[in-house]
Amino acid sequence: MSERKVRVIVAKPGLDGHDRGAKVVARALRDAGMEVIYTGLRQTPEQIVQAAVQEDADAIGISILSGAHEYYFGRIIELLKERKASDILVFGGGVIPEEDVPKLQAMGAGAIFGPGTSTSVCIDWLKAAVRDKWAKENA
Amino acid sequence: MEKLISRALGGDHRSIARLISLVESESPQAEHIMRRIYPHSGKAHIIGLTGSPGAGKSTLADKVIAAFKGLGKTIGVIAVDPSSPFTGGAILGDRLRMQQHAVDPDVFIRSMGTRGSLGGLSRSTQEAALILDACGKDVVIIETVGVGQSEIDIVKIADTVGLILVPGMGDDIQIMKAGIMEIADVFIVNKADRDGADRVSTEVNMMLDLLGMRPWRPPVLKTIAERGEGVAEVVSEIVRHHDFLDVSEEGRKRKWRRLGMEVEEILRREIASLVELAWEREKSPELFEFLAERKTNPYEVAERILGKILTGPGE
Repeated sequence: MSERKVRVIVAKPGLDGHDRGAKVVARALRDAGMEVIYTGLRQTPEQIVQAAVQEDADAIGISILSGAHEYYFGRIIELLKERKASDILVFGGGVIPEEDVPKLQAMGAGAIFGPGTSTSVCIDWLKAAVRDKWAKENA
Repeated sequence: MEKLISRALGGDHRSIARLISLVESESPQAEHIMRRIYPHSGKAHIIGLTGSPGAGKSTLADKVIAAFKGLGKTIGVIAVDPSSPFTGGAILGDRLRMQQHAVDPDVFIRSMGTRGSLGGLSRSTQEAALILDACGKDVVIIETVGVGQSEIDIVKIADTVGLILVPGMGDDIQIMKAGIMEIADVFIVNKADRDGADRVSTEVNMMLDLLGMRPWRPPVLKTIAERGEGVAEVVSEIVRHHDFLDVSEEGRKRKWRRLGMEVEEILRREIASLVELAWEREKSPELFEFLAERKTNPYEVAERILGKILTGPGE
């Protein structure tokens, strides 16, 4: 049996067109041995969630620089619930004020990484979180 | 597991996705899943799209999906991208160009990393295609990794292979080289607004004429996939090829050849795992010393292991 690979959607919801951060993260996750499905710019929450379902992703990473993080996180998490896919982890980064982080986590976001976070912090968190997710699946 | 399989056969996307993952990671349930799935498969038209990196495979696939949608078909897509040989990770970016179909319930797109396979597909691409077929997709489009001159595994899986060429990628000797050019059922010269498109299509046509009379003469079509130009012709030729396979002796031969390859592939896997096991048991420091000192040779060692496999385990 070949080992199961961590599969992550990296998506950029909304209208801002800066995807350098998302690409850096995608690259870092790949180098950590994960399969990254890159969906590109200007994605709607519906597109992102449907991609996560079809790709059987373990996690969705979203990058938001526009300030609309509350809406996008909320909507994506809500859609995952509707699809009975709440086990898929949601994390993100971008320009998100620290005081908003607890709100997003209360909605169900797994982790929010602010500007300047080392990619290894993100990778370590994701590996641990996916390990827990798989443990639950096999329980 | 039975619930998961029946939900997938009913078309539930989450269950289909999970089945593909289980098969892809070679889970212990994989064989059971495939045995249950197989009787429901064999109905879809499986189309391979292949070509060099940057030829426009994903962009064309995106338009072909839309065209089949227009014909009232349901569509499964498997897009294969290379895995890193160093970390095993991958960036799967083909979906990027097809995301407009993401929310369409009739379209199911799945990205796969090659995970070490070299033939332009991954080891489980065929199983994934069978799953999509069994779960009710009328058409399954497989986009290979960007290929060179000999990654032709797609021919083992697809009913119809479309090869995408672009102007300026090489001269006629490239086209005459064996391999990739011989597997195509439909030739597509994409980015046809570029200089040299006519030359490429003339050269392909000349090469095809040299091959002489065959029951299916592959058409050579020009497209500008980005703008959707020529896509309708591509789809109608793909459909025509499918109709041809349906009624011709050639189609029957191909199907039998493919079924034969399916059996061979499974045999090969099973035998490989037997061999691996037997070899693991045989390995010892003494054996390697013997080999290094030339007291025995690899042929003798292999013969002994093979003998043990053939006479059955337990000695």
